[in-house]
Amino acid sequence: MKKNNILTLISIIGFILLLLVLNITLGSYKMRIFNLCGIYVILALSLNLINGFVGLFSLGHAGFMAVGAYTCALLTMSPETKEMNFFLEPIVPWLKNVQLPFPTALIIGGIMAAIAGALIGAPVLRLRDDYLAIATLGFSEIIRVVFTNTQRITNGPLGIKGLPTIGITGQSWEIVIWTWGIALFTIIFMVLLINSSYGKAFKAIREDEIAAEAMGINLFKHKMIAFVIGSFFAGIGGALLGHLMGTIDPLMFRFLLTFNIVLIVVLGGIGSITGSVISAIVVTISMEALRILDADMQIGGYIVKGIPGMRMVVFSALLMIVILFYQRGLMGTNEFNWDWIINRKKKIQKI
Amino acid sequence: MTILKTDKITMRFGGITAVSKLDMKIDKNEIIGLIGPNGAGKTTCFNMITGVYVPTEGRIFFEDKDITGIKTHEITKLGIARTFQNIRLFKELSVLDNVLIANHMRLDSNLFSAVIKTPDYRKKEKKIKEKSISLLKDVGLEEVMHEKSSSLPYGKQRRLEIARALATDPKLLILDEPAAGMNPQESMELMEFIRKIRDKFNLTILMIEHHMQVVMGVCERIYVLDYGIMIAEGTPVEIQNNPKVIEAYLGVE
Repeated sequence: MKKNNILTLISIIGFILLLLVLNITLGSYKMRIFNLCGIYVILALSLNLINGFVGLFSLGHAGFMAVGAYTCALLTMSPETKEMNFFLEPIVPWLKNVQLPFPTALIIGGIMAAIAGALIGAPVLRLRDDYLAIATLGFSEIIRVVFTNTQRITNGPLGIKGLPTIGITGQSWEIVIWTWGIALFTIIFMVLLINSSYGKAFKAIREDEIAAEAMGINLFKHKMIAFVIGSFFAGIGGALLGHLMGTIDPLMFRFLLTFNIVLIVVLGGIGSITGSVISAIVVTISMEALRILDADMQIGGYIVKGIPGMRMVVFSALLMIVILFYQRGLMGTNEFNWDWIINRKKKIQKI
Repeated sequence: MTILKTDKITMRFGGITAVSKLDMKIDKNEIIGLIGPNGAGKTTCFNMITGVYVPTEGRIFFEDKDITGIKTHEITKLGIARTFQNIRLFKELSVLDNVLIANHMRLDSNLFSAVIKTPDYRKKEKKIKEKSISLLKDVGLEEVMHEKSSSLPYGKQRRLEIARALATDPKLLILDEPAAGMNPQESMELMEFIRKIRDKFNLTILMIEHHMQVVMGVCERIYVLDYGIMIAEGTPVEIQNNPKVIEAYLGVE
């Protein structure tokens, strides 16, 4: 095995141990945010594959997340909880008594999102740029509106409450292992995918579609592959998010959710896996940390009434600053690698 | 042996006929020139052959197979590669990656084996990398292999584009103004280069070129287009003395 691979393996094992330690030392509130970071890593990477590597400007992420979240939720909940939730109209009989273990339901959630991605992708991926963005945004809203109105399947605008916690046993250490475990899996998968011949073909499509096609790359097939994989991971991320929150409703999957993920991807660097990971963690933590902006503030003896949503204003301003002065985001299209750190260390030692 | 045959291909855009009833017959290993004044329909003709446009009328045969209406990437797979008038490299990617991408379709590995890197995939990938590096050596770009392709000087970008086209293992190579923007010295080198790759890779070459010295120097046969109609066909000497060609280029008194 190569030296770099060993280093990667060691750091993965180290990271998993760290997760377990953190689970004991951090409080439940902080742990929840930390889990949320993991989920946003998954979501950011899935969007970055579509937007950053293939260059398809898709804004439909919330829709795929909704598909994953609802599928997983409906498959894991016990018949009793379902009955309690569906008090206006009873749930359809074929869903009522289904109860699957969490991992199976999670994968089915991802697959359902991937199917939704394939169905939407087939007509939409013939479009380009802004048109693609509008079409995907539209489809994502359609999914949300459908979920709002299919009362007997999704419980409509009331949403679903009492989702079982992430994991099989329901213990707290399991949550962190699932969220970050899947996040790690997603990172590794994306790195392998991007470094493969397919990843190069994706980048070629991003750089120049006409030339890529002239080089024998089947545009539609490759766009579809990326779109379906992206949707799959969006569905997984959505399902995890739903189960972490414990409750889902159609309003949760509005455009704002897609916007948050786009923000993470742009801040991190469109087309950088490392950038997405760092940015997902930083943004998720600051979203919570900046809650003070929403609350009442005391400035020099005066009490300024808090404006709810103030932190989003700050984030929007931040995004504008990044787009104006730092277009390539945190990492540009660069990636982390061990040689970079090793070389740095050597340089420092020389000095 | 005929490699490419166009049978009365016509391309209309609305009311404008860009190419009208064009008949071409290209034999294996020939170097063919396609010339004509600006707007004569040369690039449209290339776009029809490579599947970018579907001809309004007529058929195109490549190695006796009807390729009319087939998608661009499939035509590339059959063995027609092209370069572009305005260079279209994958700018942000390295020189080597540009060439590697052209091999993607020949790799023939599914997504799964590419992601988990099965031994079979590794073997294929290694072979392709070796092939690409030797190709870059042939065109004299092995030293800049790891540089970003947009950082190369103009002449090298042109050569990289040809190398990239060669990486798709073509039988017919279509060059759209390869000498555009080159100085006389570079043009001379290009002529040598075109002959060299024809012999080395056993190619048939079809090129659009405005640079008459290059066309007359390297092409064995020339087609002349004017307003979408083929006005002459023949060897360089015949073309130079053809009154219709002179008229199209210089006008009549």
